[in-house]
Amino acid sequence: MIVGARLAPSRRASGIAGVVLTGFCSALAAGLLILILGYVVVQGWGAINPAFLTQLPRPVGVSGGGVANGIVGTLIIVALGVLMAVPVGVLTGLYLAIYGRGLAAECVRFLAEVLSGVPSIAIGLFAYTILVQPFRHFSGLSAAFAFMILMLPLMIRTSEEAIRGVPTAIREGALALGLPDYGGVIHVVLPAARPLIVTGLLLAIARVTGETAPLLFTAFGSEFWELNPGNPMATLAMQIFRYAISPYDDWHRQAWGAALLLILAVLVLNVGARWALRGGAKRS
Amino acid sequence: MSLELDAHRTVTAARGRAAQRGLTTRQAFADRAFRVALLGATLLFVALIAGLFVELVHGSWESIVAFGAGFLWSSEWNPVTNHFGALPFIYGTVVSSAIAIAIASVVGISAAVFLAEFAPSVVARPVSFFIELLAAVPSVVFGLWGLFVLAPILSSTVEPFVQRYLGFLPIFSGPIYGVGLLTAGLLLALMIVPTVAAIARDLIQAVPNELREASIALGATHWETATRVVLPSARAGIIGACVLALGRALGETIAATMVIGNRPAISASLFAPGYTLSSVIANEFTEATSSIYLSALLELGLILFVVSFIVNGCARILMWSMLRSQGRRA
Amino acid sequence: MQMIALATEKSAPVEDVADVALCARSISAWYGSKLAIRDVSLDFRRHSISAIMGPSGCGKTTFLRCLNRIHESALGARTVGEVLLDGTDIYDQDVNPVVTRRRIGMVFQRPNPFPTMSIFENVVSGPRYTGLSRDPRELKELAEEALRRAALFDEVKDKLDDPALSLSGGQQQRLCIARALAVQPEVLLMDEPTSALDPLSTLKIEELMEQLAADYTVVIVTHNLQQAARVSHYAAFMLGDADRVGSLVEYAPTQQIFTHPQDRRTEDYITGRFG
Repeated sequence: MIVGARLAPSRRASGIAGVVLTGFCSALAAGLLILILGYVVVQGWGAINPAFLTQLPRPVGVSGGGVANGIVGTLIIVALGVLMAVPVGVLTGLYLAIYGRGLAAECVRFLAEVLSGVPSIAIGLFAYTILVQPFRHFSGLSAAFAFMILMLPLMIRTSEEAIRGVPTAIREGALALGLPDYGGVIHVVLPAARPLIVTGLLLAIARVTGETAPLLFTAFGSEFWELNPGNPMATLAMQIFRYAISPYDDWHRQAWGAALLLILAVLVLNVGARWALRGGAKRS
Repeated sequence: MSLELDAHRTVTAARGRAAQRGLTTRQAFADRAFRVALLGATLLFVALIAGLFVELVHGSWESIVAFGAGFLWSSEWNPVTNHFGALPFIYGTVVSSAIAIAIASVVGISAAVFLAEFAPSVVARPVSFFIELLAAVPSVVFGLWGLFVLAPILSSTVEPFVQRYLGFLPIFSGPIYGVGLLTAGLLLALMIVPTVAAIARDLIQAVPNELREASIALGATHWETATRVVLPSARAGIIGACVLALGRALGETIAATMVIGNRPAISASLFAPGYTLSSVIANEFTEATSSIYLSALLELGLILFVVSFIVNGCARILMWSMLRSQGRRA
Repeated sequence: MQMIALATEKSAPVEDVADVALCARSISAWYGSKLAIRDVSLDFRRHSISAIMGPSGCGKTTFLRCLNRIHESALGARTVGEVLLDGTDIYDQDVNPVVTRRRIGMVFQRPNPFPTMSIFENVVSGPRYTGLSRDPRELKELAEEALRRAALFDEVKDKLDDPALSLSGGQQQRLCIARALAVQPEVLLMDEPTSALDPLSTLKIEELMEQLAADYTVVIVTHNLQQAARVSHYAAFMLGDADRVGSLVEYAPTQQIFTHPQDRRTEDYITGRFG
């Protein structure tokens, strides 16, 4: 490089062009989000009314009706999935944090990372072969099972990091009192790690609420109220899918409305999780 | 007085118990139960993953035996004659994902460079936040938007425009439907951009400042530093991020299904409809009448699983090796 | 100056063997493959305050952590030797370290109250979760007594349910002392308990130690010579050699060590020629 008094115009120009182009890319990515969100809000707002939220879907071709059973179904399936994923995920994370040294533990961590990239439809297939095929009917429970597997990698990683994040001083304080292993962990370490674990749980729920693919052959869908997870259940995500690819305008309208509901739920969970994380970090 | 005596008595009693030190059988049992519970949960997790693989293999066995390796390059998909081949879907998946990663890596890395190196934090923070929020949008909502907004725009404006000037190229030839490989590729790109951008931005920010300062001290501009010094030093990790994003694109089901056109045929044109591995499973699984049909679909699922496993494994290894090398340098 | 490890025991003269509460014999400790302390032997007399002093890196904290088997809880850490508590070696295979730590309590350098618990919950966390007591009334009384012994009760008696972290640094350290005392230990180990505190809190805790010696055997680690001189009945001086392996140099009643140190190195340290 020649040390001169002024910067060569070509270097200056390429620098400016570079910043402009990369800035444009950032604006593009962020702008597209706003565009999509805006579209969903604009299109979906008109569809949302008390009837939409409380009524069952009308038969094919008949306009009106709502997605109430989808809302309830989504809540039930997600709740069941959480009930199954939290114990397995947190306990596994605990195991990795406390005893996880050596090759075996590294393998488990690697498996968890790779599982997080497996297509959700493959996981749905697994749920199908295990919980649908043997019983010969679709069920909300099989969908919850698929959701559990989808949530596990995040729960395991978050739990392990949360436990490791508890300062050594706290752990040693419990140890020095003569607390048995389980006592120290359950009463001292876990409560200290709880905010982070809850954050991870909220993010996992957000991820799973929007999943559609595994539902196609586990929960399958329903036109009616269904509170029994042993039967096929309607879910918001699947209703959006079915309505969107149908030829009926009214169903398209309802698809946008349901999409708005879904996006609202997911965004609230995400923002809530990040806010809780920041709040927890500020406190400590 | 009597209250004091009372308190004294209870504390003495506690002290007496404390003096008989020893781990009660209940505590020893609880300790062991705790360890067993932790180990059990971990083993359950591993068993679930193993079970996933085993069930997929078991379910596809009929198809594997019937069609063998030819399954991978046969383009016949005929539920009537029960003759199945995966080639059209492999083609559709590969092409749409290739388009997606090509676009998303350029846009994502550029955005990451801008946000990490040039943007003032007043701009960088909200923009990063929005890009990360993009990752949270459910795929069915992307599909909805793609179907009703992106596809019409492409079919009415963009694709005819491209065809007018570049229609002599086979990839831009043929009838325009709006839905097709290109639409799916663009939509997938949009969905995986946050992955690339977020990880790349973190990696770029983690590059030690000494490197930047050394470059500036040599007389390089900020832009030259960013592109010739900082970016290359994070290269392995960024490639890992792109591979990770590719893995996501390969497995994406619902959004792709809604905009790819669902036609099991291989065509040279990007405007033509296609079919991905995950889309055909999504569309036809509940309609599968014969067990060989079901088995073929399961075999497609197995292919998806194995491919994503390999792709993700490579991505993690790449990123892990980059973290290791940075650790050594720092 | 090449430091030669002294093989002869340098324990303080103890009239009656039964007077010894805690007896460390030939303690060596490693962090992974790195030897940290070599062959340290010390006897601690019942109801006395012993100070272990020395420059930083001499291994005094490592040694202290071997006395209640906390050292081995770190990754790759190892201890060799014996520590006799009332005649029983706590490193014996049949002895459970968890139980040992209820008889030998510890207070750490930086106050470490459990962040999610209140003041009261912190104090009773020991008795409650080690199974000593579940009865709420008993816990209340144990807490009050422990807080009184730690000279904290009057300051917190009206706000026992406030979060522990709402206390000042000095108060938090006294809370940790109360928490350690609530488990009814026989020995109390204190690792530089006032080094993170302001002078006023330091004074309060030093006054506290004198009262504690009446009921417990206290061993403190300190890098503060004046504190050792003020507070302890016996003092031990440790030093690290060229390889940063610590060993015991001298151990004697405090007055003797500060007025007539036997070893040249002790004298150098006390007079400030290095340290």
